[in-house]
Amino acid sequence: MLNINSIAQGIVIDHIKPGSGFFIFKYLGLDTADYTVALIMNAKSKKHGKKDMIKIENILELDLKALGFIDPDITINIIEGERIKEKICLELPDEIEDIIKCKNPRCITSIENHIVHKFILIDREKQRYSCKYCDHIHSWEG
Amino acid sequence: MLKGKDIIDASDLNKLDVEELLILAENIIENPREYADTCKGKLLGSLFFEPSTRTRLSFESAMLRLGGEIIGFSDPDSSSVQKGENLPDTIKTVASYTDLIVMRHPKEGAPRYAADSTDIPIINAGDGGHQHPTQTLTDLLTIKQAKGKIENFTIGLCGDLKFGRTVHSLIKAICQYEGIKFVLISPEELQIPEYIKGEILDKSKSEYREVERLEQVIEELDILYMTRVQKERFFNEADYVRLKDSYILDMEKLKNAKEDLTILHPLPRVNEISVEVDSDPRAWYFKQMRFGMFIRMALIMKILGEE
Repeated sequence: MLNINSIAQGIVIDHIKPGSGFFIFKYLGLDTADYTVALIMNAKSKKHGKKDMIKIENILELDLKALGFIDPDITINIIEGERIKEKICLELPDEIEDIIKCKNPRCITSIENHIVHKFILIDREKQRYSCKYCDHIHSWEG
Repeated sequence: MLKGKDIIDASDLNKLDVEELLILAENIIENPREYADTCKGKLLGSLFFEPSTRTRLSFESAMLRLGGEIIGFSDPDSSSVQKGENLPDTIKTVASYTDLIVMRHPKEGAPRYAADSTDIPIINAGDGGHQHPTQTLTDLLTIKQAKGKIENFTIGLCGDLKFGRTVHSLIKAICQYEGIKFVLISPEELQIPEYIKGEILDKSKSEYREVERLEQVIEELDILYMTRVQKERFFNEADYVRLKDSYILDMEKLKNAKEDLTILHPLPRVNEISVEVDSDPRAWYFKQMRFGMFIRMALIMKILGEE
């Protein structure tokens, strides 16, 4: 079995849906980070059978708000002195930028190269967002 | 206060704003000469990235009748857009010369994106199948002129309710008034989008129902808002041809309608209202077109703070 040591200080992003780890790794810009990071895919999970994990050493400040949109079941542990100092529960962010693209072929985002794809949360319960520009609705139900 | 404000969506205008605009427009209708120099020295940027007759000419005539002037284009091929210039750059350019921009664009959300790139006010003159707030103001002024009030009536919206931006804007604005019942008349393929039902009609607890045929409901309507089945909103010709004649208003259908029915249409029409209806006193769509200029005069004055 592959072992990755625990970290003394940093962030552990745990319980990532298997397969989403790489996307989150790239989204957080960890592929170009100059500090120690580990992406673990398909690790054993008591709860879900399999999971992905990301460990980030010696970094405590990262904008993790958008992760609530990508996978609300993720657990984030802030580690200090080899102990979990804080567990962050994620919730859906009110606004997301450049995570998903508007699927409306008539939206201005379909032709402007430098536009930031912005979505606004309109229904927390149903996890529905609407495009800031054309109001087209994005939801996980499709 | 509308001074300096962007008008992108019908919800950018609250009920009080609309009331003030309607009153000002009615004053302009009564005494147009009094307003002839209100916007002297002001310049309107008129940017039409797709064709328009009424909206463009009514905005431009509105500005000219207020004593202001206009620059812009009615064909994007005559601007740097043709060279591939992006929208923010075009907007920043025009904004550096003008006091206010009116824009129509085929892509939905373009005016919102434009407004993010400039401090001068932007008025949406129609963005794809999305929003057309000044047509809504025109519709409200026409209803007020026809009925004397905007409350307690049944309005039928007929035709292309899926892509018809005028319908979406009108529903957003009118559901704020008391006692409005909506009857949504369209083929299944062109029904009102879910976001309008969920976010606007349901949230405002408006009474509405969807029906397939105009004959089923015409007798109960106080206002009938007809729309064109727009060819450019379809992905293929076959769907357009199959649906375009589904909803045509003629004298035969009007036999069962109320004597004081008000028939509206944002125009242009193709054949969804027979020309024989034009001379019926219930036809208000040509008056509606003229009211469009007066309400746009009122809006330009308010946004420029020239009252």
